[in-house]
Amino acid sequence: MAQRTATRPPAEARAPRGGLLHGAAARTVGLWLLLALTVTVCALSIAVGTRSIGLGTVWHALLDASTPGDETVIVRQLRVPRTLLGLLAGLSLGVAGALMQGHTRNPLGDPGLLGVTAGASFAVVLSIWLFGVSTASGYIWSAFAGALLGSVAVYLIGSSGRGGATPVSLALAGSSLSFLLYALVQAITIRETTALDAFRFWVVGALAGRDADVVVQIAPFVVLGLVLAMVNTPALNLLGLGEDVARGLGTRIWLARGTGLLAITLLTGAATAGCGPIAFVGLVVPHVARALTGPDHRWLVPYSGLIGVVLLLLADVLGRVVARPGELQVGIVLAVVGAPFFIVLVRRRKLATL
Amino acid sequence: MTALETSTAAVRLAADGVRLAYGDHVVVHDLDLQLTDGSFTAIVGPNGCGKSTLLRALGRLLRPTAGTVLLDGRAITSTPTKEVAKVLGLLPQTPLAPEGLTVADLVARGRHPHQSWLRQWSSDDEAVVTEALSWTDMAELADSPVDALSGGQRQRAWISMALAQGTDLLLLDEPTTYLDLAHQVDVLELVGRLHTERGRTVVVVLHDLNLAARYAQRLVAMKDGVLVASGTPEEVLTEQLLAEVFELEARVVPDPVTGTPMVVPVRRLR
Amino acid sequence: MTAVAPTRAPAARPHPRRTLRIGGFSTTYRRRQVAVPLLALLVLVLAAAVSLGRGDYPIGVLDVLRVLVGAGDDTQRFIVLELRAPRIAVAVLVGVALGVSGALIQTFARNPLASPDILGVTGGAAIGAVAVIVLGGTTTAGELLGGLGLPTAALAGGLLMALLVFGLAWRQGLDGYRLVLIGIGLSAMAQAVVRYLLTRSTIQDAAVANVWITGSLNGRGWDQALPLAVALLVLLPVSLALGRVLGALQFGDDTARGLGVRVPLAQAVTVVVAVALAAVAVSAAGPIAFVALVVPQIAVRLTGGARPPLLAAGLLGALLLVASDLVARTVLPDSFPVGVVTAVVGAPYLLWLLVRGRRRSTL
Repeated sequence: MAQRTATRPPAEARAPRGGLLHGAAARTVGLWLLLALTVTVCALSIAVGTRSIGLGTVWHALLDASTPGDETVIVRQLRVPRTLLGLLAGLSLGVAGALMQGHTRNPLGDPGLLGVTAGASFAVVLSIWLFGVSTASGYIWSAFAGALLGSVAVYLIGSSGRGGATPVSLALAGSSLSFLLYALVQAITIRETTALDAFRFWVVGALAGRDADVVVQIAPFVVLGLVLAMVNTPALNLLGLGEDVARGLGTRIWLARGTGLLAITLLTGAATAGCGPIAFVGLVVPHVARALTGPDHRWLVPYSGLIGVVLLLLADVLGRVVARPGELQVGIVLAVVGAPFFIVLVRRRKLATL
Repeated sequence: MTALETSTAAVRLAADGVRLAYGDHVVVHDLDLQLTDGSFTAIVGPNGCGKSTLLRALGRLLRPTAGTVLLDGRAITSTPTKEVAKVLGLLPQTPLAPEGLTVADLVARGRHPHQSWLRQWSSDDEAVVTEALSWTDMAELADSPVDALSGGQRQRAWISMALAQGTDLLLLDEPTTYLDLAHQVDVLELVGRLHTERGRTVVVVLHDLNLAARYAQRLVAMKDGVLVASGTPEEVLTEQLLAEVFELEARVVPDPVTGTPMVVPVRRLR
Repeated sequence: MTAVAPTRAPAARPHPRRTLRIGGFSTTYRRRQVAVPLLALLVLVLAAAVSLGRGDYPIGVLDVLRVLVGAGDDTQRFIVLELRAPRIAVAVLVGVALGVSGALIQTFARNPLASPDILGVTGGAAIGAVAVIVLGGTTTAGELLGGLGLPTAALAGGLLMALLVFGLAWRQGLDGYRLVLIGIGLSAMAQAVVRYLLTRSTIQDAAVANVWITGSLNGRGWDQALPLAVALLVLLPVSLALGRVLGALQFGDDTARGLGVRVPLAQAVTVVVAVALAAVAVSAAGPIAFVALVVPQIAVRLTGGARPPLLAAGLLGALLLVASDLVARTVLPDSFPVGVVTAVVGAPYLLWLLVRGRRRSTL
């Protein structure tokens, strides 16, 4: 390694390293390849399903709404919104996971830890029980509000103890509040069978059965969250060296933490509102991304987003194929695929300290 | 190390009646301290005397409950943190780097105060980092992950980052912790060169009195959150002060190599 | 009973250690370590007595006593001896099992937030039970499962999943942190499977399964109490014998080894006993939340030791469950499952713990 450095021009010696892809050039190429992969998976998601549709037919249906045939309707009204929703949710969860792990400096940080998922679940059950809402599109605002309120509550609880809001106190407050909210969810669903009947289909986490409106409704929040996430990346790199060093290098800690938390909440909240709770994407994806890019968040965050899309859409396609003519919800597929990956991660020689 | 501080040198960093507390527990009591330009100061004292706490306050990591810390005559807590970061650098006791972060990457992060959204990586940054790496003898290891380095090398990498930050002042909290004697000397030599060759104003918290006397121009002795003595090593390291501050009976003899005071412990006083 | 001979000035210590020597037997104890279990036992007996009399058909204290000594009319005898007494016995036994199991796991993992849930017991048991409820009779596999019976399926599911967690976490010894993490991962997967099963069932079956997942004592009787009692007769003495070793394990593996403990064996026995206790409890009453998590923490705060005391945790667990059951039966409508009560009591307590004393983050 030392010899290589000696012969390398200084400009390249400065490029961040640590992952499989060395140097900014390799990472840029990698990002383009990943983008191409994302587009491919999107195409797959539009073409494959209970009824497989040839790519040519897909193309025509996309270009011209008046193309005759059922395929056009399926593509334009079912598959495209579903794929777009998967795209937004995958981006959101992947990026939120990378931010969460960066802020907690914990390789097992999951965006769901901040009370977002539990808050959304509770709000959805309440809206079913009190207002009789019963469609996936109908839950979206209550789920989003619940997600926001849940994370605000976690933040208030987590910052009320000694030492203020540290990532650890937030994670602990998040898991405890989640326990409480799930207990209330349980209490309501036991009393109200109708609430259970609707809730059980929401809580598995799925892309199916959502119309295009859902995509339009969550998109602004995803975009805002992504912008905040990118703004947050340089500060996140410094926070990785510890809060003291980060301050010494001129980071305003509260601003960096606040931006990150807001981004995580918006992204996870939007994804949960759109699809229901989806586990493991936020946990697993950043590790794959880190293996490629190393610990530089300016690369890690976009990579995580794209890998999140690929993983989520592939899992969704898999769920449509394995259980024909029915389908397995994407949340289930991801848990079954994600858990073994997670275990491999834990069994590695040592866990990454972030 | 012969250049004694003169009264004409400007005061860069000062504590003015600073009181520091964690919750209700006051750790440092109304302390005054002035650090002049180009000086090398070591803060010494027994465990729990508040020396690291004082250093944190000097580096604006801790806000005083009374009094102010002044950087170039201006209250440090009301100066934008990025401006402070261009003048004052600090290294905590055992800094942690993320797994897989290379030395070059770590040192590059020291340039943050000089960067902005438009200017993320200038040729200036490039030159400074390259220079910092070679000046600390870390160029060979630039590609290695920080977590794979030995303790001494790791400390060098962090000092290299502090050098790249390009600040006039540098605060170090026990930079020799967990190092063997050879690496302790190695790290302090490096810090000494930062002072003599680069003209940095250095404040370091140290446990080892003999090494402190050898490398610092000025010692500041603290006990129970109060500044007990301040001056040249010869003035501060007296048998009487050791008894008072460390509750230690000791002989003080000239260091056979440098002639600075050397403490030879006899026994603990109770 | 003599005080340990002081080597230095007998400065006032917060919890003076006392010694008990009877013949060749000698042990040390602190006053509160004896007082707390005794007091818990006393309150438990009182709560059980009250619970025997309360319910849809209230019976006076004297009548309850009359029934217990063999008198009383047939209706009262049936209600007290066949309905309430076995249900309370199940509550006591499940509470003891969960409390002790939680104390063992928390000491082993050196983590106050550990509980048998994270060893996969709950998740596995839930898969077994929900599969029986949902698939029973509809498929051949389901019929097989149904024939197994719900408690057996839950027990088997819990033990199998724990074995899986255990096997995956084993790498030349058992690391508490790794065990907990793998348990969390597999529990999340198990939860997804349970949720999937719930979407595949009729709404009636889903409702039944939902009650089971919450943990309930409704309809539990001597059929559940007897196997539980037998299991506890075996497992409790082993747990209490482990007490000494646990104190050493708490210092970390290397120190424990230095103190003469065979670490892998001690760890394995601890985890196996904890899993078995949790599994029998869950198979009898479903995964009742928070008892195993919160009770050891309450116990350690009351006794003031360095780790959750096993005996006190068991008795307090029984007390919490009997009291929660009493609330569920008499205060809440529609025979609400007891798991809702423990969760609604336990979760705020956990939050309060976090807000109050962040310092005690490591047992």
